[in-house]
Amino acid sequence: MTAFDLNRTLDELRHYLPTQSPLKDFIHHNSLHAFQQLKFYEAIFKASKIFGFQATTPLADFRQMYVNGRIRDDILNRVIAERQAENTLNNWREKVLNQTYDEHNEPRIGSLRAQWNAQYQIDLDTAVQPLLFRLLSNYLDQGISVTTFPIANMGFLAAIKQLENTSFISIFKSKRAKKLLQSQDLTVLKLLKMLVGDEALFEQYLFDQQFSHRGWSGMVATVESQPEVMLDQKIISLHDLIVLDCLLEIDYLDVTLGENWQPLSQKVTVPPLDLFAEVPDTELMQVLKIWQDAFEWSYYDDVLAGVQISSQQLATNPPVPTPKNFQALFCIDERECSIRRHVESVDTQAETFGTPGFFSTEFFFLPQGGKFYEKLCPAPVTPKYLIKENNVTASRKHDHFYTPKTHHVFVGFFASFIYGFWGLIRLIQHLFAPKMAPAISNAFSVVQPGGTFTVENTDATQRENDLQIGFNQDEMAARVLSLLSSIGLKKDFAPIVYLIAHGSSSANNPHHGAHDCGACSGRPGAVNARVVATMANHAGVREKLKVAGIAIPASTQFVGGLHDTAADEIGFYDTDQLSADNAKLHAKNLHSFERALDLNAKERSRRFASINTGAPIAEVRQAIKDRSVSLFEPRPELGHGTNALCIVGKRVLTKNLFLDRRAFMNSYDYLTDLKGQFLTNIMKPLGPVCGGINLEYYFSRVDNYKLGAGTKLPHNVVGLFGVANSSDGDLRPGLPWQMVEVHDPIRLLIIVEHFSDVVLNAIKSTPDMYEWFANEWVHLATINPETHALSYFKQGAFVPYVPLTKTLPSLGDVHHLIENTPPMRTNQLPDATKENTRVYLN
Amino acid sequence: MTMKLLLTALIYLPIAAFLLSLCFDRTQEKIITNIAIGSILLHVLGVLGLSIMWALNGFNTIDVSHLTLYKTDNFAFVIQLFFDKISAVFALVGGLVTLLAVLFSKFYMHRDDGFKRYFSTLLLFYLGYSFVVFAGNFETLFIGWELLGITSFLLIAYYRDRYLPVKNAMKVISLYRVGDVCLILAMWMAHHIFHQNITFTQVADSTFLSQYAGGGLVFVSSMIVFAALLKSAQFPFSSWLPRAMEGPTSSSAIFYGAVSVHLGVFLLLRTYDLWHANTAIQIAAIVFGVLTTITAGITSKVQSTIKTQIAYGSIAQIGIMFVEVALGWHTLALLHFAGNAFLRAYQLLVSPSTLGYMIHNQFFEYATPTPKPVSRWRNTLYVLGMKEWGLDSLHLKLMWQPLKWLGKKLGILRCPISLYAMYGFVMLGIGILNGFQMANFAHWPIVYVGIAFACILAAFASRGSPIIAWILIVFSQLFIAIAISLNEAVPPMQIVIYLAPVLVAGFLGAYTLTKTQVIDGDISLNRFHGYAQEVPTWSFVFLICCLALLGLPFTSTFIGIDLLFTHVSPNQYGLIILLGLSFVLVEITALRIYARVFLGQHKKHTHPIAYRSS
Repeated sequence: MTAFDLNRTLDELRHYLPTQSPLKDFIHHNSLHAFQQLKFYEAIFKASKIFGFQATTPLADFRQMYVNGRIRDDILNRVIAERQAENTLNNWREKVLNQTYDEHNEPRIGSLRAQWNAQYQIDLDTAVQPLLFRLLSNYLDQGISVTTFPIANMGFLAAIKQLENTSFISIFKSKRAKKLLQSQDLTVLKLLKMLVGDEALFEQYLFDQQFSHRGWSGMVATVESQPEVMLDQKIISLHDLIVLDCLLEIDYLDVTLGENWQPLSQKVTVPPLDLFAEVPDTELMQVLKIWQDAFEWSYYDDVLAGVQISSQQLATNPPVPTPKNFQALFCIDERECSIRRHVESVDTQAETFGTPGFFSTEFFFLPQGGKFYEKLCPAPVTPKYLIKENNVTASRKHDHFYTPKTHHVFVGFFASFIYGFWGLIRLIQHLFAPKMAPAISNAFSVVQPGGTFTVENTDATQRENDLQIGFNQDEMAARVLSLLSSIGLKKDFAPIVYLIAHGSSSANNPHHGAHDCGACSGRPGAVNARVVATMANHAGVREKLKVAGIAIPASTQFVGGLHDTAADEIGFYDTDQLSADNAKLHAKNLHSFERALDLNAKERSRRFASINTGAPIAEVRQAIKDRSVSLFEPRPELGHGTNALCIVGKRVLTKNLFLDRRAFMNSYDYLTDLKGQFLTNIMKPLGPVCGGINLEYYFSRVDNYKLGAGTKLPHNVVGLFGVANSSDGDLRPGLPWQMVEVHDPIRLLIIVEHFSDVVLNAIKSTPDMYEWFANEWVHLATINPETHALSYFKQGAFVPYVPLTKTLPSLGDVHHLIENTPPMRTNQLPDATKENTRVYLN
Repeated sequence: MTMKLLLTALIYLPIAAFLLSLCFDRTQEKIITNIAIGSILLHVLGVLGLSIMWALNGFNTIDVSHLTLYKTDNFAFVIQLFFDKISAVFALVGGLVTLLAVLFSKFYMHRDDGFKRYFSTLLLFYLGYSFVVFAGNFETLFIGWELLGITSFLLIAYYRDRYLPVKNAMKVISLYRVGDVCLILAMWMAHHIFHQNITFTQVADSTFLSQYAGGGLVFVSSMIVFAALLKSAQFPFSSWLPRAMEGPTSSSAIFYGAVSVHLGVFLLLRTYDLWHANTAIQIAAIVFGVLTTITAGITSKVQSTIKTQIAYGSIAQIGIMFVEVALGWHTLALLHFAGNAFLRAYQLLVSPSTLGYMIHNQFFEYATPTPKPVSRWRNTLYVLGMKEWGLDSLHLKLMWQPLKWLGKKLGILRCPISLYAMYGFVMLGIGILNGFQMANFAHWPIVYVGIAFACILAAFASRGSPIIAWILIVFSQLFIAIAISLNEAVPPMQIVIYLAPVLVAGFLGAYTLTKTQVIDGDISLNRFHGYAQEVPTWSFVFLICCLALLGLPFTSTFIGIDLLFTHVSPNQYGLIILLGLSFVLVEITALRIYARVFLGQHKKHTHPIAYRSS
């Protein structure tokens, strides 16, 4: 054991603590990012042993899914054959299917600090946490409390000291803790010596202590490293939190035991535990790995077979190029998978594309009257540009029921008489006729009526806070070029090209950000769509594009839009700029979009027990729309639930496959990029964005209690940055139960239509990207565009893959499938995911 | 006559709805919600109809002696129903809020594991509420009061597989129980003063009341005010309210935003004629009301979580209502109640919206905070508010810790061998009852209550075997019966009424615990075991045993407790204090056993389990 080094321990703590930002922005990420340098299975079992959560679906559920037919027998046999020695198939089948295992998982974390209870019968958590959480949440509060923390503009610990100095009543109960806080040589080391004694135990103790409230510690660590995640910025550090934690512990120990208690190491004789020591492989782990693989491949095998069949059919029956009525670019988001399918089915002359929803254009956005910038691009990117909104005509609406003034004694008295009875009427209205209101998150509100954007920059000196206001023509052209090239749309432009971003409206939902566009840092992407349409319509930009090889006919116009994935509505921007001809075409297209939205709403309704899928379409649409504005609806939409695939290739490759709403789809034409230059840029964000979403859903589903936020129903909003259960609970990072209920906890399979060696070069171009694949956090397969052979990335190389599925069933009438979906019996995994259907051929 | 029938029907309707809801399982969501919505809607319409008829009839109070459950010469346990302005307002407001919250829950609770548990408990709550608001005497009111207490407990601990809900449910029920016993004592003293079970019609009759005065009435009044303070989370008990908000937001809105928390106000209104003539009591109600308004008002301002902010905001208004009631401004108080109930229920239901809405506001309206000049007083109040005036630790220090300390000292009682001694004491008691004289010793009753109390204390502080703790509290009930029998001649039938359910529940409970212990060999009370996860049926059976043992209004013990108390004279201070304490602690102890063995985090980590702090 090396000597205790506080800074190293702090770094390690920061590494392992959850990194969820305040809820106003929701960036999906791998919940186990701290273990990403290990291989997936090694990582999940190790993390599980250390922190005590479930790493996979429970054994019983796997077995039930096998009985239900969701895990295929032939796949199970193949997985066993791959993972285990020859001639052990029957032996392992017996273990996998029938053997009983002790599944109890005793975590390593917390064992040292539990000794307070064992040795002194003292429950430090209950004694310390309520006040500690209150101090933290009052200090960090973003606007709930009426009286704010009295000491502003000071670091956390300094502010506590100051408060203690200027109050007649102490925060502490004992003299010693009070004195310690004010002492000049207050260090973590000194406090730990008092509490723990033996230096060899310090690190373990701090891990135990901070992970006893991982939600709060994680929030503090996040705010420490990125203070800008809070609007009202605070200076706080994990170090300050630990000092206060220790002081409160000493305080309580002094009050209960007097000042002469012995540090923990005097009482405990067990040697220090290495939290991060190797976790031995057990037979149960082997069995779970086999099941997880079998579960994943039972689905992947179908998908790969489908892609291969499609690819072969295309080669024998190439589609005849016809002029298109319109082209529509959607986000790669898997929720747009179905709307694209419906748009194409309603208007067979329509063509759709998938591309990350910020449309290759990164900037900060300043809404009119806003006091802060909103980042509208993927989280890791730091833009150098600013887009400002002007000329908004509508004023912002308020809702007085949320004013904290009703909690004043006198205002509250009168409010009881006025707002009280009004509240009754409002509640009745909410229940029987839900409609959009100021307190409901409205995806469309990001673009205000009348507002204009400063898209073009004509003078490089126009800057604000080190950001250039708008883009100059070269910069605009570069972005449009990159957008169109990456999806292979370089010729055959339709008269109108739609850029359709997405966002999600929902009511009474602190996690609303998690439903918005991941490529826009968890916000609706309407501004990007509108900005990029303006750029692409710019005459100067068109000139530059022509030079670069993309000739867009003058008659072609780009139109921005936003798809509300909860309400299933699409709004379009700047349609008054359309030429007379295009306006007519647009009116016709609007009709197609409406029809596609009808079908999309109907398809989605099959998962909602409260909607009768067979009802007239107008009723289904209304019911879907109502969900997005209903205060009582904890599932306005099902978010990214069921996501499992990411397809990088031409749309025609998947056009004839029914992939439900499970595939991220990035349009890409290998012919336009034989060397894979664009491919590298396309592949780079797939791990962190799509893989991040997928893994966050995976972990929140397999252990919703520890890695998810639990059920939404009792959540209490804390300081406008998080949720907790009840008044004294820890913050709950992760996704709530209602969002992940229907999700199959399987990893993402990325399928690229290209030659394996080109793909291999692309993923090897940066170590960060390669880690995702090499460590098996996402699966990667390729389909050779010429031979239609499949390969699968395994241990650093591509190996051929031959699907066990030879033919796929035909879907026939999609309505039949949608209307005949039985409601799920329970929300246990085998029941809840029954409707995550297999792949069909159209 | 129609009105009387209708009033009676308003009690039977929720009973029927509750029983009906038990017949379906949780996947039958539609049927369960239809029962709940249908019955409550019908109930609200019934109340509305009754109110209209009652108004057309000149606002004359309706009083029905519905059912006599037990009767002796000077004791009658009668289900008495009553309807006046106060009942009308409380029934309508409570009914409306519950109806709307149930409509809300229909979607909100969809596919929740405890869907059925939630709706059945709500219906039971609604039944209790109906008993309270339509009660025509203390006994009937007490039926409802007990049901409200236990349904509160069940809904706070709704997420029974987590630590905090269970812990906080215990915290709240412990304080509620003190209030319950205050009511029992009020009834006991009232019975001695009036030599009969008085009805609220008699309470409202000034000529009847004027015949009685004196210390006894002051005692009754103070017990009532005390019970009201506890139920409405008034100073110095405020800190339980935010901690009660552990269940689904919709149930918190009904219980702690709107309905349950205002019942202290109801109790004061209902018994106003009994206590308002006494200036000291009147002043006490005003002082506690004002103190609450000030302390809760300050606490509310420094809350940075939305539900605790609403909780304290609501308590502060209830403090004002106490003042209004004490000053006789009853119409104002009723209006204030209605408005506050609607406002807080609404604010709680929409509380999750706060995050999105307020952050959006902040985005446009943020101003950098300007450093304020340091004010020592303001900062002191800030710290006090943040620490919630130290009330939580005050309860612990003054109420529970001394009892626990005492209980720990009685470790000897927890040895299995001591159970033989208990058996001996029972035999001795029966012997004395049958004429066996040890000496001319007049203090046997207090000795036996003392032993009973010691048994309960020992069980209360136990960290060891729950079976021994359980047997100790069953014995304690025997000792109490013996003590009362030694105090006064008690007809054997009354003892049977009291003890029969206790003994049945005692045996069944012990059997359930033994069966549960066999699973892993350890169910000691030093931790939570969470067996409800593994053996939900036994968990349910044991809960029923606890409730039967404690005399909830579905067993004859409920009447038995009132009966036994009639055999204690008003001047037997020692006896009554020990009895009161015993009844407070016995419920807490029994529910503690239930909570520790069956609730909380399941001890086997074979499935996802919440972190303790979450």
